[in-house]
Amino acid sequence: MTHLIEQARSKQPSRLVGVGATLWPMVLAVAVGLLMYLLVGPAIGQFQSKILLVIGINIILAVSLTVVNGFTGQFSMGHAAFMAIGGYVAAGVVYYGSLKLFGDMNFAGGRLSHVGAADFVGPLIGKGDFLFLAATLAGGLFAALAGWVVGLPSLRLRGDYLAIVTLGFGEIVRVLLQGTQSQIQPWEAASLGKDAPVWKLPLMLGGPQGFNLLPTYTTLYWVWLWVVLTLVVVYRLKNSSEGRAFLSVREDEIAAQAMGVNVTSYKVRAFTLASFFAGVAGALFAMDIGAINPTDGGFQRSFDIIIMVVLGGLGSISGAVVAAIVITLLPEVLRDLAQYRLILYALALILMMILRPQGLFGVREVWDLALFKKIFRRGGDA
Amino acid sequence: MTQFLQTLTDGLTVGALYALIALGYTMVYGILKFINFAHSDVFALGVHLSIVIASILGIKALGDTGTPPWYMGALVLVLAMLACGAIGFLVERLAYKPLRSAPRLNVLITAIGVSLLFQNAGQLPWAFGVSPRAWPTLLPDGELFSIAGVKFRLVHAVVLATAIALMLALQYLIFKTKLGSAMRAVSFNTRTAALMGINVNGIISFTFVVGSMLAAAGGFLYGVYYGGQMKQTADSMWVMLGLKAFVAAVVGGIGNVRGAVLGGIMIGLIEFFGVQYVSDQYRDAYVFAILILVLLFKPEGVFGKATVEKV
Repeated sequence: MTHLIEQARSKQPSRLVGVGATLWPMVLAVAVGLLMYLLVGPAIGQFQSKILLVIGINIILAVSLTVVNGFTGQFSMGHAAFMAIGGYVAAGVVYYGSLKLFGDMNFAGGRLSHVGAADFVGPLIGKGDFLFLAATLAGGLFAALAGWVVGLPSLRLRGDYLAIVTLGFGEIVRVLLQGTQSQIQPWEAASLGKDAPVWKLPLMLGGPQGFNLLPTYTTLYWVWLWVVLTLVVVYRLKNSSEGRAFLSVREDEIAAQAMGVNVTSYKVRAFTLASFFAGVAGALFAMDIGAINPTDGGFQRSFDIIIMVVLGGLGSISGAVVAAIVITLLPEVLRDLAQYRLILYALALILMMILRPQGLFGVREVWDLALFKKIFRRGGDA
Repeated sequence: MTQFLQTLTDGLTVGALYALIALGYTMVYGILKFINFAHSDVFALGVHLSIVIASILGIKALGDTGTPPWYMGALVLVLAMLACGAIGFLVERLAYKPLRSAPRLNVLITAIGVSLLFQNAGQLPWAFGVSPRAWPTLLPDGELFSIAGVKFRLVHAVVLATAIALMLALQYLIFKTKLGSAMRAVSFNTRTAALMGINVNGIISFTFVVGSMLAAAGGFLYGVYYGGQMKQTADSMWVMLGLKAFVAAVVGGIGNVRGAVLGGIMIGLIEFFGVQYVSDQYRDAYVFAILILVLLFKPEGVFGKATVEKV
């Protein structure tokens, strides 16, 4: 007995490894973000950088939806609604936070948050950047909270109920956002903004016109930082015991339950996590465009994300990344066929389900493919 | 009091409309156990096809004087139902039938694909286009009678009478005919039904055709009731209408035909009373609040009975 304990202890990683495992993704995220922002962005030009930024946001959305629709086999159709929640919360924090902390709603970031880095004189990191980071986290946390509240009742039932509830939830979010009051405009900062009580500010989100004139903080740096963090979290999740439980729920709920997996609890956890990253993506989205509309949470956008996840393969992280890149680039390539674009997607979905229901990659990752292994000569035990 | 009765009349009429669509959802769910997402698009197609058929028949849009004889309206209804029935048949054969033994999630994704296809194909310039289309004048917009200030218009009567007639016909079909008992048998247990010599694929096709025809009738009656401009096929209002009907089916206990009718009327009444007495702004939110409450406390529906999923 003691022998076994000794053996287990010797196999346990030291605390230092644990700290390293927590730290290196963050270092990597910052490094990739800096690389994208300082080298890749200027090298490929302004228009291409913009597309690279949108690709990043779509990767976050697609990979996070993979956790729900791919790992646990549930079907959320309101991912864009959580994105809109995150976007609105973050926009509110940045916009009114700037007002209360700095006195106006102007951009207060450093060079890292400045679009078009070349002509900016100033420090690398400004006081506004901390506000933006906090806003992104707040957006994610609020979206996660909303996901928890929505998921709890609907995930007790079978997967297709979630589809309907999330679809309806997206519409409720839109209706509620349209019901908000008009925002305090930047030029009213000195007059109206001075004495507006803080508790009233969350109600002033622009109503049907949308929440506009936000300071723009989102750059390639921030987007790709979050892309790396999302990928690391979801990849580690997939290969952890928690992730195995998710997959077991997908394969057979009753069998999973018999093995002691609390099915509802795992579904809710997956849904909450996915909502968090959707909220982060929403924050990045809002502060990229400088505006967010109630219709941004509508199902047209949710459908786009679903298409990425399904085409990439339900459960494949790299598949979702590849599909997100392709689906973001396609409209740029197929400009002449704009009106046929969604028809093509629809046909692709239908044909995919008949001919290759597991998606392009299935649950496998790109590096599991035989072709990839042949090229890179990775282990022959496939 | 007048206000109350007027809201009751409007709510009942629109509720009957929801019930017609809810029947399509509930019948398909009863047999194939999946939500036919494309059903709301068949409904939208019913609206737009009715306009096209009416214009082929020479019925002009609003603004022209006079209305065509009543049988022209009935002809439009029958033709639209036949067209949508044919579409429902094709969709089932081409998209859903190859997936008969696939996991339910795949069928759901296919249904979303079909829905997207209808929405966007309907917007093409050679189909219905992106601009709203005017509903033709099929009925004189007259007040039939009014009791104590409650206006009962001709459209109320037509919508209610048509909806009730169709529901009675469906009741007869399902509970009094041989075909109907085959449908119920397939819904109860597909495998046993097949062993008893029932042509399961034929019954499933037939169910889709009937559901699509009811959706087309719902679309036609929607046009008759609201009139004016009909939005493009990809507009979110059609999905929204379909969702309300689906909620009606869930409230009534999904798979339960009589429950769907009661659920539809309930949802119609809740929506209209909510708009009248609470606030117009949250019109679409009431229905989903009801859905979440039902899922929380009585997931099998108000009129359904609970089942335990077995291995």
